[in-house]
Amino acid sequence: MARNDLQGSLDLLVLKTLSQVGPLHGYGIVVHIQRASDELLNVEEGSLYPALHRMELHKWIRSEWTLTETGRKAKFYKLTAVGLKQLEEAEKSFEQLVKGIRAILRYA
Amino acid sequence: MLLIRRMMNLFSRSRIEREIDAELKSHIEMRIEDNLAEGMRLEDARRDARLRFGNPVAVKERVTGVDAALLLDSIWSDIRYALHQLTQNPGFSSAVIAVLALGICASVSIFAFVDAALIKPLPYKNPKQLVGLFESTPLGSRFHLSYLDYLDWKRMNTVFSSVEAYDYDSFTLNSATGLVHADGVTVSSGFFRTLGVTPILGRDFRAGEDSSGAAGVVLLSYAAWQSRYGGRQDVVGKTVTLNGTSNVIVGVLPQWFHFAPVGPADFWTALRESTDPNGRGEHGLFAIAQLKDGVSLGTAAADINSVAQQLAKQYPDADGGRGATVLPLTQVIVGNLRPILLLLLSGAALLLLIACVNVSSLLLVRTESRQRELAVRGALGASYARLIRQFATEALTLAGTGSILGVSAAYGAMRLLTRLIPAEKLAYMPYLRDLGLDIHVAIFAGVLGCASWLLFSITPIARLSMANLRNGFPEGGRTTSGSVWRRLGSSLVVLELCTATVLLVGAGLLGQSFYRLLHTDVGFQPDHLAILRLSASGKAYAKDEQAVALAAQVVREVKSLPGVQSVAIARSLPVADVNGGNSGFEIVGRPGPSGGREANTRQVSADYFSTLKARLLRGRFFTADEGASKPLVTVINQSFARKYFAGEDPLGKQIRFDASQPPIEIVGVVDNMKEGPLDSDLPPALYTPFAQGPDPRFVVIARTAPTPQTLLKTMEGTIRRIDPQILTSGAETMVDRINLSQSAYLHSASAWLVGGFAAIALVLGVVGLYGVVAYSVSQRTREIGVRIALGAQRSTVCALILREAGLLVLIGVAAGLGGSVAGAILMRNLLFDIQPWDASTLSAVAAVLAFTALLASYFPARRAASVNPVDALRAE
Repeated sequence: MARNDLQGSLDLLVLKTLSQVGPLHGYGIVVHIQRASDELLNVEEGSLYPALHRMELHKWIRSEWTLTETGRKAKFYKLTAVGLKQLEEAEKSFEQLVKGIRAILRYA
Repeated sequence: MLLIRRMMNLFSRSRIEREIDAELKSHIEMRIEDNLAEGMRLEDARRDARLRFGNPVAVKERVTGVDAALLLDSIWSDIRYALHQLTQNPGFSSAVIAVLALGICASVSIFAFVDAALIKPLPYKNPKQLVGLFESTPLGSRFHLSYLDYLDWKRMNTVFSSVEAYDYDSFTLNSATGLVHADGVTVSSGFFRTLGVTPILGRDFRAGEDSSGAAGVVLLSYAAWQSRYGGRQDVVGKTVTLNGTSNVIVGVLPQWFHFAPVGPADFWTALRESTDPNGRGEHGLFAIAQLKDGVSLGTAAADINSVAQQLAKQYPDADGGRGATVLPLTQVIVGNLRPILLLLLSGAALLLLIACVNVSSLLLVRTESRQRELAVRGALGASYARLIRQFATEALTLAGTGSILGVSAAYGAMRLLTRLIPAEKLAYMPYLRDLGLDIHVAIFAGVLGCASWLLFSITPIARLSMANLRNGFPEGGRTTSGSVWRRLGSSLVVLELCTATVLLVGAGLLGQSFYRLLHTDVGFQPDHLAILRLSASGKAYAKDEQAVALAAQVVREVKSLPGVQSVAIARSLPVADVNGGNSGFEIVGRPGPSGGREANTRQVSADYFSTLKARLLRGRFFTADEGASKPLVTVINQSFARKYFAGEDPLGKQIRFDASQPPIEIVGVVDNMKEGPLDSDLPPALYTPFAQGPDPRFVVIARTAPTPQTLLKTMEGTIRRIDPQILTSGAETMVDRINLSQSAYLHSASAWLVGGFAAIALVLGVVGLYGVVAYSVSQRTREIGVRIALGAQRSTVCALILREAGLLVLIGVAAGLGGSVAGAILMRNLLFDIQPWDASTLSAVAAVLAFTALLASYFPARRAASVNPVDALRAE
């Protein structure tokens, strides 16, 4: 059983975003999650950064300072091979979590 | 490595924080831009961005907090794993911890003594520039100066910024309970200024207060102020009568102040020596001096020696043959302890070496048995680095626990060792007062701990890299690496046995030195002798006749006590801690350099030699009536006869102390008696009748039929009955005096401590050998099974194992014997009457080691021989 807590789901969201969109800065990740979830998921913007930092230390993601389209300097995050593996595991355990919760909700 | 980067993150905090700041700022700005693009007003855009983001400072803290949390988390999990591993195997862990703690305890506690005595600077101002000054004589290099010599040295030298004199003194003073005895020192007026000591109450001596005409002034030691004056502030200005002269108390010395050469002294009086020009021969002072800036010890010695030579030329009677000795003050204070402390430190270091080797071999055995676990972990993806980190953590828990236990035990050991030092000896080693876990000792212990941590980490890691991790599943778990390990383990055992041999030989030599020292021929029969010192003062005993009469009365009364066979009087006792009390003399009618002839001079009663049972070689002893009215006579010892009357008959020859003194006729030659320390040479000595040089302070020596202890109290009572004003002290037996003398004490302390180290080393070495042989047997069970199945005799198997162990023992002991002879030559000064290559000691040690070592290997060998071949072969 992997870590099925909120932190775990934030990690999942970030990793998935990076795998879908490619290198992105923190703000970009927030905006993407909002947009892709049809404004259903509102990430608390500040709490994203400790998670990013931790994931970077785990070597799931790598960072680099580059210029944005508007010419602003920002830190871009990129998924690593380890991160990709981690993403697969996180997805799997999330599926299980959802299945488990659904099963309980249906149980009557 | 993740760990290292995380740690670096913790250290390079500010750089990280700047980066986080920039990142968060860019995030907020991008949100503002987007808000503006959506048509918000600037202020609203900003507020919205802030609201959505939350508190940037808090966010930043949480980001940086991730580092610390992850680091702590992973360290904690490593430690937990390590602790789990260690508790899984309590026998192993406790053995490692106990052995290491033992080694660290021994080294740290001995080091604390070394630190207190040899490393810590003396608690004086500019301690490096302080030196001790002595006059050298043909008998030795450390003798007293006379007051006039001291004044001339002070005046004529060009190398010292100050020269100050001191000497012990012993005082009789009136107290509420009658006359009491007190130890004191008399010093020249600049003594405390030279040491940089200021009284905590009152004032220091003023210049000029140490002249013969000045009024008596005295400084109290802190202890005397507390015990004799209740620590009262108004003590300054009071007078105290010492030896009949009144002295004004001018101040109190600080509590920390001590000056080891004089022992614990209550009263420090200003020197009041006579400047009578005839007194140059009265050598009775020591001196300290402070080197001028930039003057080396060698330069100072050369300068003061030229002064001494000038004086020797000018005053040949008093100073002929005398030179000067300059020694660093530290050497004066702790010089006699240095060799013994260094010896003990080396012993402790060897013990620590054995302990570490022992632990290393234990760790090797365990790594060996963990091969499979490690292989499994390796196969499951644990990186090499990760395994190394785990070993390091395990080693840390072992080394850490061992060190902490070792240091705490060392603290106890220090207390114990200081308590084992007799109080009166300890009083002369005040620098041991600060003994404890100070910064030097802490650093030393820390270095030892870190070194053992490193060793314990490296050993299994080295073993790990020897066997390829990924190929860790060898068939049946018996690998070729086993034999590699056996070789390494064997070399460790050889090293252990070698070290144990060195320690055992050292202990054996020191023990025998001590034994021989105690049984050395002192030139008389020390058993059944009771000793009592007495000191009469005041007008009633001021004249020589009165002192002689007192001595006669004491002899009479003590002799009448039941059990007393004979009684003698002497002004000083044989087997003294210092070979002192000499005078220069000249031989009447013999030309040549006057002066330069010196001998220990002793004043003894007529019955002295017969009471002590000294051996007369020629001539006669004194007669009872040889007093002031009779011609002066002397008995010389054999060294004297050999040195000054080689090939001549000394009887009838005359000597005199100097030209102004009447001649003294030599009437007898006595066999050498030990006047100085047990381990010193026998310098020339001359004995003169007490009645021809009396003093109201003397020693009574009684030969008793029953054990002498029983008479000490009675003798004291007798003296008190004669005159309650006479102080008695130092009641003891001659045997106790000899056994407790400083030389005997130093020898016994070193013998016992090194003996203790050697015993532990023997146990550790033998246990190490047992471990290696037992392990070797367990690894070879199958081979042995095959041998037995093929028809090998069980006795042959047993012999095979024993032969292998025997080879290790042989190499180890042989190397150890070589090493110990070399070591013993280094500590030669501490040996007495025994050669470093003493064959009986060497062979005894070799025999003991060989026997215990073979015993230790016999048990595993027997187990090997009893292997059931069927079980052994099926075990795979």
